[in-house]
Amino acid sequence: MLENKKAKLRNFHQAHWDEPVIFELSAKGARGILVPEAEEEIKAEVGDGISRIPAHLRRKEPPALPELCQAQVLRHYLHLSQATLGADLNIEIGQGTCTIKYSPKINESFATSSKVTELHPFQAEGTVQGALEILYKTDMFLREISGLSRFVFQPGGGSHGLFAIASMIRAYHESRGESGKRDEIITTIFSHPSNAAAAAVKGFKVITLYPDKDGYPDVDALREAVSDRTAGLMITNPEDHGLFNSKIAEFTRIVHEAGGLCSYDQANANGILGMTRALEGGFDFCFFNLHKTFSSPHGCGGPAVGAVGVRKEFEQFLPVPLIDFDGEKYFLNYDVKNSIGKVRMFYGVLPVVARAYAWIMSLGEEGLKEVARIAVLNNNYLMRNISKIRGATIPYDAPGKHRLEQVRYSWEKLTKDTGVTTEDVQRRMCDFGMHYWTSHHPWIIPEPFTLEPTESYSKEELDEYVAALKQVSEEAYTDPEKVKNAPYNSCIHKIDPSLLDDPKKWAITWRSYLKKHGKDIDA
Amino acid sequence: MKDKDNFIYPYIPNSLPEFKQSMMREIGINEVDELYQDIPKELRFKGKMNLPKPLHSEMDLKRHMEEILSKNRTCEENVSFLGAGCWRHYVPAICDEINSRAEFLTAYAGEPYEDHGRFQALFEYESMMAELVDMDVVNVPTYDGAQAAATSLRMASRITGRKEVLIAGAIHPERLLVIKNYLNPDIKPISVNYDKVSGQVDLEDLRQKVSSKTAAIYFENPTYFGCIECQGENISRIAHEDGALVVTFVDPISLGVIAPPSHYGADIVCGDIQPLGIHMNYGGGCGGFIATRDEEKFVMEYPSRLFGITRTVVEGEWGFGDVAYERTSFAKREEGKEFVGTAAALWGITAGVYLALMGPQGMKDIGKTIMQKAQYAARKLSAINGVKAPLHDAPYFKEFVVDFNATGITVEEVNNALLKEGIFGGKDLSREFPPLGQSALYCITEVHSKNDIDHLVETLNEILTR
Repeated sequence: MLENKKAKLRNFHQAHWDEPVIFELSAKGARGILVPEAEEEIKAEVGDGISRIPAHLRRKEPPALPELCQAQVLRHYLHLSQATLGADLNIEIGQGTCTIKYSPKINESFATSSKVTELHPFQAEGTVQGALEILYKTDMFLREISGLSRFVFQPGGGSHGLFAIASMIRAYHESRGESGKRDEIITTIFSHPSNAAAAAVKGFKVITLYPDKDGYPDVDALREAVSDRTAGLMITNPEDHGLFNSKIAEFTRIVHEAGGLCSYDQANANGILGMTRALEGGFDFCFFNLHKTFSSPHGCGGPAVGAVGVRKEFEQFLPVPLIDFDGEKYFLNYDVKNSIGKVRMFYGVLPVVARAYAWIMSLGEEGLKEVARIAVLNNNYLMRNISKIRGATIPYDAPGKHRLEQVRYSWEKLTKDTGVTTEDVQRRMCDFGMHYWTSHHPWIIPEPFTLEPTESYSKEELDEYVAALKQVSEEAYTDPEKVKNAPYNSCIHKIDPSLLDDPKKWAITWRSYLKKHGKDIDA
Repeated sequence: MKDKDNFIYPYIPNSLPEFKQSMMREIGINEVDELYQDIPKELRFKGKMNLPKPLHSEMDLKRHMEEILSKNRTCEENVSFLGAGCWRHYVPAICDEINSRAEFLTAYAGEPYEDHGRFQALFEYESMMAELVDMDVVNVPTYDGAQAAATSLRMASRITGRKEVLIAGAIHPERLLVIKNYLNPDIKPISVNYDKVSGQVDLEDLRQKVSSKTAAIYFENPTYFGCIECQGENISRIAHEDGALVVTFVDPISLGVIAPPSHYGADIVCGDIQPLGIHMNYGGGCGGFIATRDEEKFVMEYPSRLFGITRTVVEGEWGFGDVAYERTSFAKREEGKEFVGTAAALWGITAGVYLALMGPQGMKDIGKTIMQKAQYAARKLSAINGVKAPLHDAPYFKEFVVDFNATGITVEEVNNALLKEGIFGGKDLSREFPPLGQSALYCITEVHSKNDIDHLVETLNEILTR
């Protein structure tokens, strides 16, 4: 019954409003909102207020912002929202490594409650006990999930979490007088680019390990890489192609024996919640994306939280403040001996933490494990179906081999056969109302695409996504130009990239566009 | 159905046993657990996570959350005079309407086609911020203003090839902590004194410290103490004479009335967009902007996404995309500029909506209202016996230091007494800036009515005469 239903491809067209740039909608003198005036008594007492600004510092010409009435602003942005394919609308399994799952709507009501939005970070602790309780208890939950001993929420994203960890690794070696000597961080090519990039900002040289023939991080390469210059290992597991490095405990042991520390990038934690933990893997640090794994929506790219956890002995390096509980009340604890200071002002994005807290509360231990199991089941189901698509291959696959929560696939064969690339497929997938991402660079796997179905999509939805990919593959073999010239049914058509990389032509703002290209609005 | 195997989770469609079974059949397994073949037994977690009993019904969850949240006392239910890096401004209804739209709220990393609206909204945000600061390039927002400041300084270091930055002393202490950690280990921050009377940069000290090693001079305007820094041109001249760049951190909501830093010589302008239509969110409403001139040597040093405008194959159709993507760590890993990732894009879209609503006149009006109210408050506070406001002899925008030293009671005592009356007093500076003794940083914005201010003054009068 269920498996016999054939996925039907939609005759889709996204909103195409042909929306002008907001400056083109400007009408001189129009007002979108009026500002409260100071009361008459205040004006009588202090005058216009702005004459206190020294003459040379007063703004002479007002900023050349667009002028629109309120409904016009609303309509413009609603048009733009309709031209944005959020995860609530599409089968967003095409953005591998990013765990695009359902963000429960009830949690929005907590995130946008005035009991969250109207809090100031310097309010007296007694007035923010609810906020502190959420932060404290979410820390407790993550301790259970990871086995580590303390979490902070300051980092504003996963990359920022990695940066915080790199900062602590440096602080640790500094505290031992070894920071000059230990200046190398080891990572793998299938770990997120920010493991390497954030380490580099902290002054580390980066050594990148490449996979062995089966796709796993190469333990022999690691043995060769470690030395008395090793500061640490910053690695993800499962890696971005969905393979779990079963030798991970050996990896961390080798690095520890060389005197380095081990950081676990848990951006890929969705398939292993409750199944395996940072502690048993031998890690000193880890981070979770509360906006991915723990359901807070991605917001077009933030606000977000990269929750960073540490083992007990590294708590002394955490950014301040920590959040503690004395048995009666929650409080901010600034007493951290070798703290790196701060990576973000205040305490992190509370609405994101509140959503994560509520999500965990709604699922509990068994629910989190079910999330992991179904995310992995979905992924393997998807993989077996994609393996049947002409031109698609699964690097490092073998009979009976399974992946965890995602897979990095390849269109290498499709490209060789038809000339259609993964970027062409990407544009064509928009025509079916679906998002599709290639992969992070460099493309070790040729013409890659990475799919992560999470636990949020039904079997039928997965089938529909596969049907769309299959359709694109068939088109590539029969009418490759059709794929290469896509999209047709998206918000816009194929863009001219020549304006994006040439300093003489690029325009990052409207004023810059007018300066470089003139007012060819009607051109 | 509550037994483990048949429990249906509303957020997990394939927890339906029929789906599970049919999918397992297709994969060729009997148990989902077989899929975990790569995780060795010794790494499998066999214990029990000590998590609370789940609240499976949405109603139970809502009740639980409301119970926790009810323990918070908000700035809406009380009157708050707290600022110091996060400020209560009025948030127009349309800002919340747009940023809670499911399309924007749940979008992430789509392509310029299916996420055309996201690209355009962020391009427009960049464009409107550019008008506000009167510069040609603005980034897609970074984590917060402190991160924007820290990255601005790293950019200045790369552009000049120099490894020292001078930082004006009247800086937010938390922002300074962020900057210091971000510059460590290779860029050395050196503090420049502020003048104790004016609260502004001590130019003599600055001249002493600037050298051919200086990558940038960083100052905030308004300063942490709320003072308008009036010597921007002089500071820029001093910096430029030694080949250093000027990095200025500015409050964007002041720029309808105060000249933007580019007018007094700043090369890189940064700040926090939270005042522009974003709720405080306990400090989570922050987002950072960086602005520069449109010169290749500046643009190529941004780590952030930069969305640019282009055309499509269809005549007259706008398209948008990443400018100079090869700069980024997405493209080049450790060879890219710093790092980039999820940061604060939705706040950027929101700030764009705010600027579009406000327009040039709105930004001018709000600057004026804020300054009038702040001046009124300072004047009234100063009339209280023993209270001096503002402490510094300088024009100020929306914040100023209130000096309680002559009252004989501490700011902590004052604030505790105010709290009992439903007032959140200004931020206590006694620990951060010991030389100021018992002083507090007060913030007045358009949200404060004359009644709010008068109520504060009356209450303080009562407290201080008890």
